[in-house]
Amino acid sequence: MTTTTRTMPAAASEGGLRWALHDSFVMTRRNLLRYVRLPENLVGLTVQPVMFLLLFTYVLGGAMSVTTPDYITFLLPGILVQTVVFGAFATALGLAQDAQSGLFDRFRSLPIARSAVIVGRLTADLLADIFVAALMIGVGYLIGFRFGGTLLESIASPAIAILFALPIAGLFAAIGLTARSVESVNVIGFVAIFPITFISSAFVPVESMPGWLQPVADNNPFTHAVNASRALALGQNSDGAVLATLIWAAILLVIAIPLGVRAYNRPR
Amino acid sequence: MPSSSEAAIVVDGVTKSFGKVEALRGVNLTVEPGIVFGLLGPNGAGKTTLVNILATLQRPSSGSASVAGYDAVREASRVRSAIGLAGQFAAVDDQLTGLENIEMVGRLYHLPGEVAKRRARTLIEQFGLEDAADRQAKTYSGGMRRRLDLAAAIVNEPQVLFLDEPTTGLDPRSRIELWAVIDELAKGGTTVLLTTQYLEEADRLASYIAVVDHGLVIAQGTATELKERVGGRVLAVRLRDAAQIDPARGILQAFGDTPYVDVAAHEVTVAVGSEPGVVAEIIRALDAGNITVADLQFRQPSLDDVFLALTGRAAEEVDAELATASRSGARA
Repeated sequence: MTTTTRTMPAAASEGGLRWALHDSFVMTRRNLLRYVRLPENLVGLTVQPVMFLLLFTYVLGGAMSVTTPDYITFLLPGILVQTVVFGAFATALGLAQDAQSGLFDRFRSLPIARSAVIVGRLTADLLADIFVAALMIGVGYLIGFRFGGTLLESIASPAIAILFALPIAGLFAAIGLTARSVESVNVIGFVAIFPITFISSAFVPVESMPGWLQPVADNNPFTHAVNASRALALGQNSDGAVLATLIWAAILLVIAIPLGVRAYNRPR
Repeated sequence: MPSSSEAAIVVDGVTKSFGKVEALRGVNLTVEPGIVFGLLGPNGAGKTTLVNILATLQRPSSGSASVAGYDAVREASRVRSAIGLAGQFAAVDDQLTGLENIEMVGRLYHLPGEVAKRRARTLIEQFGLEDAADRQAKTYSGGMRRRLDLAAAIVNEPQVLFLDEPTTGLDPRSRIELWAVIDELAKGGTTVLLTTQYLEEADRLASYIAVVDHGLVIAQGTATELKERVGGRVLAVRLRDAAQIDPARGILQAFGDTPYVDVAAHEVTVAVGSEPGVVAEIIRALDAGNITVADLQFRQPSLDDVFLALTGRAAEEVDAELATASRSGARA
């Protein structure tokens, strides 16, 4: 038995939950380091949403008629949901880069939990979402945004946005793992996400849209998430938007998990 | 239970098809522990597919394989704990430093944090990367990336190490440096399976070589044994006049098996024995046949020569055939 002479640890442990958590932690740490080391990532992560927030508030804000006390209060939850959903890009791009660089073959040859690569990616992106949400709320407070509800509702407002974004990131993980190139991820993501986030209640009230577009916007799951986050921010009744968002998140999750697992195990 | 007397790798009738293309058509191999085993073959011969199956990245379509005593499909996770893999593309994270790269892989092999750190430091020094230890890998040269990749692959002191074309794309100096590193590993008792397109590399590193062609092992032996099948030395005769190719070929046939003709270069190549006086005989025979020789030179047998001797065609022709086969989706 040669194995005893090696520094082989309690090996062959793919199944153990403890090791699965450990592996995911190592992958999360690596992905966070990549966030910090790549300046363009950091800029995209922080400057872009803040810029959106300021431009919409000061350039378009005056022309908007909304039901909330002021436009920033209306806008912030909308941009928040949009930002974290756009964060799904980072998930897809990160995985597509790994798949292209050959790192994936290395990971797949290691005795790690099969889920660790994707879980580590999603966890890092989740932490980035939390960071950006805090930053945006901070900037929002400087320019007049105020929570109107209880502390719990104030925490739940960005939380439900992130909860909604997670399964979308999972879907994008599958896209990132299947896509032929990093560039194609960009195109797929942009074409899919941009209209969905705009034909919604994120930036303007749905009632202000043309009649034929209103049902599209009303039934857009993204609108539910924005309405839920906004109602919680204002401390108002969400009219079922919170429930609808949770149901949509569950549906997307059920679709994302098998697609992601299949994409990861796909031989390349 | 693996024991030291047991084979490090056993491949038994492994096939692998991708759609209609058969990458492996029934490979059988046994690799003794502690040796460097070379898989020699042209592009598309099936070398990488075999490595991927042994490293549990792909499953065989049929047949079975075991590594370090564990089945590569049923006991894949045990295999993964026992192996290291350095693939064709250096699998390093550009944003992490050299040390961080090795440490990360060490942790993913479930080494305790302190051990992973210590191993990373040791390997960085062993592979001559100490000056670049804290620099991001994106600043590394091609040769440095390969060495870092290799260091990460052995962080767990694997019983079996797979190196898939470890020196492809490297400049000669980096290649020689990497060879020295692989030599050191072999001395330490690690079983190494390496794939290569270069006979010189297999000759230099491997104590036993299997020649792979069209998804089959077509010959096995030590480098010396394989070269003997080529005929020891290769003589290339370049002619002034293309019209003399055929008569020259007829004359050279007497000195070695199936001379190979390169029409464009006016060159006839033949593997000749190493007995003394053979060159003088060849020159006399060509002279007697009124053949005008432009140039005459001995070469070390190349992969092409091995292929010629074993299959009667050059490695590039194999490439071309394979490309045609995968385009048409069918194989002869």
